[in-house]
Amino acid sequence: MSNFWHWTVITVVVLHLVAYLWLLFSTAKIKTEKQDDNTTGHVWDEDLTELDHPMPRWWLWLFVITIIFAGIYLYLYPGLGNYKGSKEWTSINRFEANYAAVSDARDKSFAGFINKPIDALIQDDQAMMIGQRIFANHCAQCHASDAQGNVGFPNLTDDDWNWGGEHSDIVTSITNGRMGVMPAFAPALGEDGTKQVAAYVRSMSGIEHDATLAAEGEAKFGMFCAACHGVDGKGQHLFGAPNLTDDIWLYGSDAIIETALYEGLSGNMPSQQGILDENRIKLVAAYVYSLSNK
Amino acid sequence: MIDFNDKVIKQFTIATIFWGIIGMLVGVFIAAQLAWPALNFDIPWLTYSRLRPLHTNAVIFAFGGNALIGTSLYVAQRTCQVKLFSNSLASVVFWGYQLVIVGAVLTLPFGYTQSKEYAELIWPLDVLLTVVWVLYAVVYFGTIATRTVKHIYVANWFYAAFIITIALLHIVNNLAIPVNWHLSYPIFSGAVDALTQWWYGHNAVGFFLTAGFLGMMYYFVPKQAGRPVYSYRLSIVHFWALVSTYMWAGPHHLHYTSLPDWAQSLGMVFSLILLAPSWGGMINGMMTLSGAWDKLRSDPIIKMMIVALSFYGMSTFEGPMMSIKTVNALSHYTDWGIGHVHSGALGWVALMTMASMYTLVPRLWGRDGMYSTHLINVHFWIATLGIVLYIASMWIAGVMQGLMWREVDANGSLVYSHVESIEATYPYYVIRVIGGLLFLVGAVIQAYNTWKTIKGHQSATAQSTEVVGAKA
Repeated sequence: MSNFWHWTVITVVVLHLVAYLWLLFSTAKIKTEKQDDNTTGHVWDEDLTELDHPMPRWWLWLFVITIIFAGIYLYLYPGLGNYKGSKEWTSINRFEANYAAVSDARDKSFAGFINKPIDALIQDDQAMMIGQRIFANHCAQCHASDAQGNVGFPNLTDDDWNWGGEHSDIVTSITNGRMGVMPAFAPALGEDGTKQVAAYVRSMSGIEHDATLAAEGEAKFGMFCAACHGVDGKGQHLFGAPNLTDDIWLYGSDAIIETALYEGLSGNMPSQQGILDENRIKLVAAYVYSLSNK
Repeated sequence: MIDFNDKVIKQFTIATIFWGIIGMLVGVFIAAQLAWPALNFDIPWLTYSRLRPLHTNAVIFAFGGNALIGTSLYVAQRTCQVKLFSNSLASVVFWGYQLVIVGAVLTLPFGYTQSKEYAELIWPLDVLLTVVWVLYAVVYFGTIATRTVKHIYVANWFYAAFIITIALLHIVNNLAIPVNWHLSYPIFSGAVDALTQWWYGHNAVGFFLTAGFLGMMYYFVPKQAGRPVYSYRLSIVHFWALVSTYMWAGPHHLHYTSLPDWAQSLGMVFSLILLAPSWGGMINGMMTLSGAWDKLRSDPIIKMMIVALSFYGMSTFEGPMMSIKTVNALSHYTDWGIGHVHSGALGWVALMTMASMYTLVPRLWGRDGMYSTHLINVHFWIATLGIVLYIASMWIAGVMQGLMWREVDANGSLVYSHVESIEATYPYYVIRVIGGLLFLVGAVIQAYNTWKTIKGHQSATAQSTEVVGAKA
């Protein structure tokens, strides 16, 4: 802060601390017209009066001690404008020191297992316990504490992976995040085309569908959808395009298919880089991997 | 005979009791939602996020506000021995203030909010409240200015500080540029906005919930006890120290945030200095009973006042402790904060209000005493038990949460996930609901007792001589 504010802060604080002491001592000394009954002689509303007792001594000391404490604290710690305090304490240093202590301990404990091959890592109980805690704190909000997901948030315990299910794929998903985009096909398909393609999509998973519509939709699927979902509808990890043949549905298998075709859909897995370090991402990815590979 | 305006005081008294029950009912409901989330019934305007600001606004500004405005105008007339400065303006203040409250009820549950804690009301309501508040100040200070008594009674110093400071806080914290009828953007941003908000927030505690209610205490405790205020000198020192120190305390709400370290330190040391000025009020109130301690046995209203002062002393000890950075690192963001607030809100503010209403109602309606002293006693015990359950459960829950969140094992990993701390809190949330419910039941008992008193009924058990001090 500028010199002006630096001195303003100091002046106001010091004046206030001095003013307390002045208030205490000057009030202790004021003369009142003390009456025989020890009141000040003022009467309000027929019977309200005030006694002229001195301030309790212990209370005065309590007050003075807090003022002295303030003086000492502001000498030791930042408070008086730009003055850094004799200990040169800052909250950011305090945080970094605490964080360093924790991450040192972590690095040491991780050293024992973090470079194991993935198949061995998922057999390491300690690694899986730590991975589970990271998952509970950072992933469970969307994917649920049992990792079975929710509408729009993939189930991580099955074998169906939109972006690939190898440990390295999961690490990439967590590190960089994923942006799944299903474009809107309303202009290309129209309402009838949307119904036909939706029926065909349902037929691929073998669930209830209108066979006539589905037959009409097959060619359109090849024209518009196969580029991402593949001619066989089995999806492509490169685009995060879901497999449409396994009856596993991220958003549901009802009218939402038509909505997705007509209006498009997008999903966002936020990047955890900067929130979790590399080793912790590796561990939580191993935990997620273990859910369908143990 | 002075033509005191008691009509508007009666209106404020009834509004206090009515809004108190509404505000506490919403509080019990949202407390139950925290224990059993299904109680939001998937209806947007019944969700916790919408109703929580309604609860805080209703209990602080509707219940507390009506009590403060009503008693301040009563006390000003009695201690200045003059009628109200303007009866018509007083009526405008009453109805205008109710309009603001109804406005809050009609906007907050439907998502119209400024999203500033304890200052959620949208800008048109802020403007209306400003107008009403200025008119209130005119009526109050006009009455003080036309007094026929030379000295200004101590209760009025506190009411005056409350009225002036709330005007200042409300206006500065709500400075915003309107975009349409319900949306506005604050003129401050970032850490400055946060600091302004908590300068407002903590001074709302300091001047609305403390100074205002100390004003109430300084009139009704000596009145009910029939004893003089303990120390004139103490009241001078603690008044000036209290009103000057509260101004600094806001930054303790922003420890370990992007607020600069120097501002955090100043917030902390002045919060600690606040301990003695706060206790000055407690000492003056409690020691007023010296020479009349037997009334603690016979008069449940006095019991309620003394317990209120005890909770005041306790929460003004707890507050400075929680402002210490090291303690705050544990307590911040946990339910300890909620427990602390309620030991002040239920224990001090609400009990002092309820006790003052018991003193006031018979005087306003010209009765010898409340309809039933026994029911006052029942109210006292139910309310006290409710407060103890509430704050004890939130202490345990808060300390537990703080410890769970920070627990790191030898391997440098967090031991608990956040959701585990919520699971562990469940039983305490249930106890809190029970505590809150008991307190609400007490408020309903008071409403019944008040109703019967106004109707002029006399209970067989009424021991009127104990309740009546000097009738005004």
